[in-house]
Amino acid sequence: MRHTCLAVLLSCLATFVSALEIEDYRLFPGTGDRVLRVISTGDLEVFEPYLLAFQARQPSLSIDYTVVSSAQLYQAIRGGAVFDLALSSAMDLQFQLANDGFAQSHRSETTTSLPDWARWRDLIFAFTAEPAVVVLSTQRFEGLDLPTTRQELVTLLREYPDRFDGAVGTYDVRDSGLGYLFATQEARSTDAYWRLSEVMGRLNPQLYCCSGQMIDDVAEGRLAFAYNVLGSYAADRLARDSGGRVQILGMQDFTNVILRTAIVPTTARETAAAGALIDMLADLGQREAPGDWPLPPLGQTGTDNLVEFGPIRLGPALMVYLDPLNRRAFLTEWENAMEQR
Amino acid sequence: MTGTASIGRRLTLLLAGVAALLSVLSWWMVTGLARQAAERTQDNVLAASVTTIAETLRSEQGEVRLELPYSAFSMLGAISEDRVFYRVATGDTFLTGYDDLPVPTEQISSGGRVIFDTGVYSGEEVRMATVSRLVLAGTQPVSVKVTVAQTRGGVASISAELSQLAAFLSVAFFLVAVSLSAFAARTSLKPLNEIAAAVSRRGPSDLRPLRRAAPTELAPLMTSLNRLMDRLGQSIRSAEDFIAEAAHRIRTPLATVRAQAEIALRSAKDEDQKQRLRQMIRAVDESSRSAGQLLDHATVVYRSDDLVRTPITLSDLVRQTVAGLEPTAAMKDIRLQVEMMEGKVQVDPVLMDNALRNVLDNAIKYSPPETDVTIAVSAGDSEIRIAVSDQGAGLGDGPVDMLTQRFQRGTNTQGVVGSGLGLTIAKDVLVAHGGRLELETLEGNKGTCATLVLPSS
Repeated sequence: MRHTCLAVLLSCLATFVSALEIEDYRLFPGTGDRVLRVISTGDLEVFEPYLLAFQARQPSLSIDYTVVSSAQLYQAIRGGAVFDLALSSAMDLQFQLANDGFAQSHRSETTTSLPDWARWRDLIFAFTAEPAVVVLSTQRFEGLDLPTTRQELVTLLREYPDRFDGAVGTYDVRDSGLGYLFATQEARSTDAYWRLSEVMGRLNPQLYCCSGQMIDDVAEGRLAFAYNVLGSYAADRLARDSGGRVQILGMQDFTNVILRTAIVPTTARETAAAGALIDMLADLGQREAPGDWPLPPLGQTGTDNLVEFGPIRLGPALMVYLDPLNRRAFLTEWENAMEQR
Repeated sequence: MTGTASIGRRLTLLLAGVAALLSVLSWWMVTGLARQAAERTQDNVLAASVTTIAETLRSEQGEVRLELPYSAFSMLGAISEDRVFYRVATGDTFLTGYDDLPVPTEQISSGGRVIFDTGVYSGEEVRMATVSRLVLAGTQPVSVKVTVAQTRGGVASISAELSQLAAFLSVAFFLVAVSLSAFAARTSLKPLNEIAAAVSRRGPSDLRPLRRAAPTELAPLMTSLNRLMDRLGQSIRSAEDFIAEAAHRIRTPLATVRAQAEIALRSAKDEDQKQRLRQMIRAVDESSRSAGQLLDHATVVYRSDDLVRTPITLSDLVRQTVAGLEPTAAMKDIRLQVEMMEGKVQVDPVLMDNALRNVLDNAIKYSPPETDVTIAVSAGDSEIRIAVSDQGAGLGDGPVDMLTQRFQRGTNTQGVVGSGLGLTIAKDVLVAHGGRLELETLEGNKGTCATLVLPSS
C-alpha cells in the first residue's frame, strides 16, 4: 500500500476489501482475441449504446464491462487491478488517481480539442457534464408551489413536516463517492446546505447508495423528493416512463455540475483501444445537439439554467475533502445534521 | 588583388560573429531568468499554500487538528497542471497526507519561516515547501510540520515556452544584426571605393593629386597616394626632359656633321668616297629625324598635361603641314592630294601639326615612288575626321593596336628607316584632345588609311 488515504478508505470499505464488489457485468464479444477491459461507475443500460457504437468501429475487439461503485473503482485501480479504462463520475477520486500516478497519459487530436477545464495533464478527460438535481414526485407535491431555491425548499419542509416525514431521500455520503462529492462541494459553495441538511435530518431522511433506487422510490411515491440526484440518470429514466409522476427540478441558487471522467490506468494493456474509446467519448462530449445518447455533452447539461454555474473544477483542490482528517470532520458534521434521533 | 579576404566581408563576418555570440548569450540569459522567475512563482504559491494549511492547525481535546483549506490546493491548481502532494506530521507522528514524501529532515525553527527543498517523489521531480508551527496539545506544545509538494511541469513548460520565444527573438536579432553589419561594412568602405573609383577613372597620364574629402583613417593613404603620384610625375617629367635635352644636344652636332659631310661630298672626286659620304649623310639625316621625333614626343607629353586650345581653321592647319612635307614628297615623286572642308576646331595647333605631320610623313615614307597620298577632311555629327590614305603595302599582319606603341614598327617595314615613334605621337595627341587614331588597311591591300578623329567642339 503506497498511500495512507487508502488505509482510511479501506477502513470505510472494510467489507469489500477481499474482492471487488461487482454490481453488474457484461462481455460484449468481438470477432478477435483482444479484450478491452472497462471498469465503470455507469450503469450498463446507460453505457450500452456507447459500447456498441465503439464496437461497431472495432468489431474485432471484445469489451469487458464491469460496473462498480466509485469507491470500489478507486480502490481497485489503486490496488493495481488490470483494467484498460476507468470511467467514473466521482471526479475527486479519479483526480486523485491521476495525481498519485495511477493513470497514464493519452494524447490525441480529440483530447487536445477538449476545453482546458475538461482535461488535466493528458491524464484525465471529461466527456459529460451532469448537474445535481432534485427529483420530485408531482403527486406528493400536489397543491404546493415548487421550490426553486434551497431556502424555499427549507421553508416548505418546515411548513409541512408531516407531509415530508420519512419521504426525503438523498445519498448516504458515507457510502457513495458521488454523494460525498456533491455534499462537500455544496457545503463549500452555499451555507444553505447545512440548513437544509438540518431540516432534512429532522424528517427521518432515507439514505441511498445509488441514484437508481432513489428515483424508483420517487416514481413509486415512496419519496416526495430525492435531493442531489445526478441529472442525466434522472432525465434518462424520466424520458422512458413515469407518465408525469416524476419531475426534475434544478435549484436556481446554486447547482453542482460534475464531469464524468475517464483515465487509462497504468496497468492498462490495450492502451490504443482505450485511447480510441476515450476519443470517441470526448468527441461525443463535444457534440452540439444532445442526440439520442443517454448522457449529456460537456457543453449542455440538459436543464437550461444550470449551465451557468459551471462544472466543478478538475484540480488538486478536489483532493482536499479526500484527506482523511477532512473526511472524518465532514462526516461527523453530516451525521450530526442528518441523524437527529 | 592579393589572396586576403575582402575587408567588407571580414568586417561583416566579424560583426555577425559578435551578433551571434550576443544572441546566444541573451537567449541563455533570458532562459535562465525565465526559469528563475517561474521557480520563484511556484515557490511563492507553495509558501502561500503551506502557510494557509499551517494556519488551520489547532488543538482539540489534547489532539492536534487541522482542516485542509480548499484554497490551499486550488491556488496550486491555478498556476499549473501539476501533481500535488502533502504531508502533515507532529514530530515523528504522521498525521495526514502522503507519509513517504521525502520531507527535509533537518530541524526547522518554528519561526514560521518556509523552507524549500527539491526532491523526487512518485517518479517526478517535486518542489517542496515546509513550515513548522508550535501547537499546544494538552499541556505540551508540539511542533507540527506541514509540507506541500508540487511537480515542476508548469515551471518547465513556462520556461520552455519563454526559452523558445527568446530563441525566436535571438534569431531575429541575429538576422537584423547581420544585415546591419553588412550595411555598416558597405557604408564604412564607401569612401575607399569612391577614392578607388576616382583613381581608376583617371586617364593614363593624369597624375594630378587627388582632391577629395576623405575620412581621417584614409587621409594617410590619400597623402601617400598623392605623394607617390607627385614623385611619379616628377620622374616622368625629368625623363622626358632628359630625352628632349639629349635629342636637342644630338641634333645640333648632327647638323654640323651633315654640313661638313656635304662640303666633303662636293669636294670629293673619288666616286667610291662620294658614295660613302652620301651614305653618311643619309644616316645623319635619319638620326636627326629620330632626334626630332623624340623631341616631338617630349613636346606632346609635356603639352598634353596642360592643353592650350586655340580655335584654328582646319584648312590652314592641313595646308601648313602639307606644305612643310611637300619637298619630302617631291623627292619621291609623290603627289599630295588634299580634299578640304571648311571648319574650325579648338585644338593645340603645335600638337595637331605634330600629329598630322607624323602621320603624313609615315604615309610618304611607306609609299612607293610616283603614287598619290590623299588627305581628306570630313565632318560627321560629333567628330571631325582627317583621313590620310596612301598606296603603299598596307599595315602588315601584326596587330594594328601594337603599331601605336612606342618603338613598335610594322612587320613589313624592312628596308625603310624609322623610329617607331610617329604613330605613338599622333595617338597621344589625339587622345589628349579626346579623339583617337584609326588605322586600317585599304581593301585589296592597296594601301593604308590612317584617320585622325577629333571630337567636334
